[in-house]
Amino acid sequence: MVGIIGYGTQIPRFRIKVEEIAKVWGADPVALKRGLNLNEKSVPAPDEDCATLAVNAARDAVKRAGINPAEIGAVYVGSESHPYAVKPTGTIVSEALGACPFVHTADLEFACKAGTEGMFIALQLVKAGAVKYALAVGADTSQGAPGDALEYSASAGAAAFVMGADNLVAELVDTHAYMTDTPDFWRREHAHYPEHGGRFTGEPAYKKHITGAVNAILDKTGLKPSDFNYMIFHQPNGKFPVQVAKKMGFTEPQYRYGLLTPTLGNTYSGSSPMGLAATLDEAGPDELILLVSYGSGAGSDAFVFKTTERLPEIRDLAPKVKKQLDTNKTYLEYGAYAKFRRKILKPE
Amino acid sequence: MNVPKHWRESPQRYRMEAGKCRKCERIFFPGRLVCPECGHTGFDMVKLSGKGKLHTFTVIRTAPSGFTDFAPYAVGIVELDEGIRILGQITDCDPDSLQTGDRLTSKFRRMNDEGKTGMIMYSYKFVPDNGI
Amino acid sequence: MREVAIIGIGMIRFGELWEKSLRDMCVEASLNCFKDAGTDRVDSITVGCMSSGLFTGQEHLSSLVPDYLGKINTPASRVESACASGGLAVRTAFLEVASGISDYALAVGVEKMTDVSVNEATYALATASDRDYEAFHGITFPGLYAMLAKAHMDRYGTTREQLAEVAVKNHANGVLNPYAQFPFPVTRETVMNSTMIADPLRLLDCSPITDGAAAVLLTTETEAKRLKKNPVVGITGIGMGTDTIALSQRKDILRLDAIDHAVRRALKMAGKKIGDIDFAEVHDCFTIAEILVVETMGIVDQGKGGPATIDGLTALTGKFPVNPSGGLKAKGHPVGASGVAQICEAVEQLRGNAGKRQIDNARSGITQNMGGSGGSCVCHVLEVK
Ligand SMILES: [Zn+2]
Repeated sequence: MVGIIGYGTQIPRFRIKVEEIAKVWGADPVALKRGLNLNEKSVPAPDEDCATLAVNAARDAVKRAGINPAEIGAVYVGSESHPYAVKPTGTIVSEALGACPFVHTADLEFACKAGTEGMFIALQLVKAGAVKYALAVGADTSQGAPGDALEYSASAGAAAFVMGADNLVAELVDTHAYMTDTPDFWRREHAHYPEHGGRFTGEPAYKKHITGAVNAILDKTGLKPSDFNYMIFHQPNGKFPVQVAKKMGFTEPQYRYGLLTPTLGNTYSGSSPMGLAATLDEAGPDELILLVSYGSGAGSDAFVFKTTERLPEIRDLAPKVKKQLDTNKTYLEYGAYAKFRRKILKPE
Repeated sequence: MNVPKHWRESPQRYRMEAGKCRKCERIFFPGRLVCPECGHTGFDMVKLSGKGKLHTFTVIRTAPSGFTDFAPYAVGIVELDEGIRILGQITDCDPDSLQTGDRLTSKFRRMNDEGKTGMIMYSYKFVPDNGI
Repeated sequence: MREVAIIGIGMIRFGELWEKSLRDMCVEASLNCFKDAGTDRVDSITVGCMSSGLFTGQEHLSSLVPDYLGKINTPASRVESACASGGLAVRTAFLEVASGISDYALAVGVEKMTDVSVNEATYALATASDRDYEAFHGITFPGLYAMLAKAHMDRYGTTREQLAEVAVKNHANGVLNPYAQFPFPVTRETVMNSTMIADPLRLLDCSPITDGAAAVLLTTETEAKRLKKNPVVGITGIGMGTDTIALSQRKDILRLDAIDHAVRRALKMAGKKIGDIDFAEVHDCFTIAEILVVETMGIVDQGKGGPATIDGLTALTGKFPVNPSGGLKAKGHPVGASGVAQICEAVEQLRGNAGKRQIDNARSGITQNMGGSGGSCVCHVLEVK
């Protein structure tokens, strides 16, 4: 038996509303909010980046796991906004946690799927008996190009999970991957902002891969949509995951805790993992959770977890996602947002 | 070039490791080789909780280079629950709403960097202890 | 130990001296000092300078200064104790003469601060704090003193008006000082409406960035009496104290132990109590600093520095004048020069040569020069012999 033994999240305190961005670009906020099911997004403070969000989320995960961080044998940080192009984020996270030096680490990148990739690897390493505990973090401070549709959703946040073989809070039932080469979104080396295929990101990309992964894991486990208490799909906006969920026979009570995008935005590598954390905040023991990520390029990782009796015992050891989302919020105007996101040209 | 210096200080900056005198049990941050209280030279490493209360503070309006993007920001002396005081920035708050005696906790944050292409320096900062 | 006297003082006008280099300033102040002394005999030179390396890219002042002063082959050293470097230079020159190693010892304090940008100057000054545990966190010197001001306000009820009055008083004195960088008066309102730097300290609570140099020539009291036409001024007490470099590590941040120790040692050596002293030149790098220092020196009780300033106790005509020169606030604060300039002012007062800012019947004075947030402090007691 392997699974999640602790989890933690971190959300910056700053927010910007869709209206505020739309005002700058002369866009229609009502249409945008309705079209994307998106109201506001988180914005990292100037002193936050993927590494700081990852460390602070990981500290809460270790706290809930109740383990000695020196016993963590593997650390994986998934992100598309690693602070260095070359030099691992994982070393920073491992050092800050006190996991060094007997720890394997790697930085992962697969658009919005990098977080669950880390979870996938961490779970398999524990299952193989290669390490006692493994930490996986999905963290991003993503940027959309100014005026682009992605600027309304690209946000910041992190979720971290400690995987182990005992004292589980959610047992791993099964995993399945679904991946093809589909260029729906990319960022070239040295490019500041990503490019995307517009409507091509929908049907042949997001929808096809999520549906493919869900069908594959349902086949493999013999489960059907109504067997799950909760489900979380990657959420680039508030509309896509709901459309696909409904089409596949899932209902609102199943995704209500995990759907964070309308007030959080798309935290990329943190997106579906944070949805999982928010669901763990509310789920009872012995409940089934389906988690399916999506990363452009493109692929989906599917996981089935079953919660345990230990979950309610440890969840109050660290702040819940909802509390982080609703407490100490500060709204920014576009000028301050542009400054925080270093969109303003300054002398070197 | 701050690379070796920052690397050397990382146990303190990343994990708040302090030294505890084996003889008089006083804690020092950063750690020392000689206890200024009793002269002893043996210390054990202890990790600070990062939790405490605001002893005094200021709001930096005219920031030094490397910090101008953050201004205005609060810097204070925090009395940790371990009974020692350390200086640090207080972030994630409106600096004008801070009060002496406020409960604070520590977070891992970016301090500054050596320009756009240089090393990034991380450290503890304090935030209001509001349970998130 | 031999008795030591000051036979020469030399200043240059402080300010933004665009046309003068570090070496020019040292030489000019020293030549003025020789002229005042009536001799250019020098057996040793001590240069007090905080950071010529960061401010001008020039170290090795122990060669540069004797070289350009025309004193090649004279033993020279450079001492550093942040903003107390000047005081430390005078102390070192004192020890040269008192010990019998030198009969004539020159102390020169200097800082050339305007060859770099304000940002670079701020960086250089911040090296006087704990670089890795204070400056690293984005605190500046105004910020460190602002925290002291906040703590003082919280504990003793010190007010913004009281802080401002320190600046008002020192500028009023500075108006009368031909060497001052800012010889203009300010009002409490001007101070309290000036740009906020670090709450609660504003621009006019802070001493400026200044170029300047000052020099004193010391010899034995016997030699001074043999030579001088001026009243002979002796250094009858010296004291130095040190404290933790980081403000946060002090048991009580409002207790400036380095100052306490330096003052007590200097007074004890001179066989005096603070009440026996006629005036003080103190290190008012910020308005709050003067309040803290006059309290620690025992000129007023703890917590009473603010009200005493408002009441005029420390004004030029008050019971205990503090900073008749205008202090660092109005005279300017070329960090390495300030401690030497304090001695120059004290000598002018004790000789009765201070012109419009002359304190009546001044027979003894004390100088207090500190480094950083009070991590080091040098005091001197001067008396008419
Ligand atoms: Zn001890």
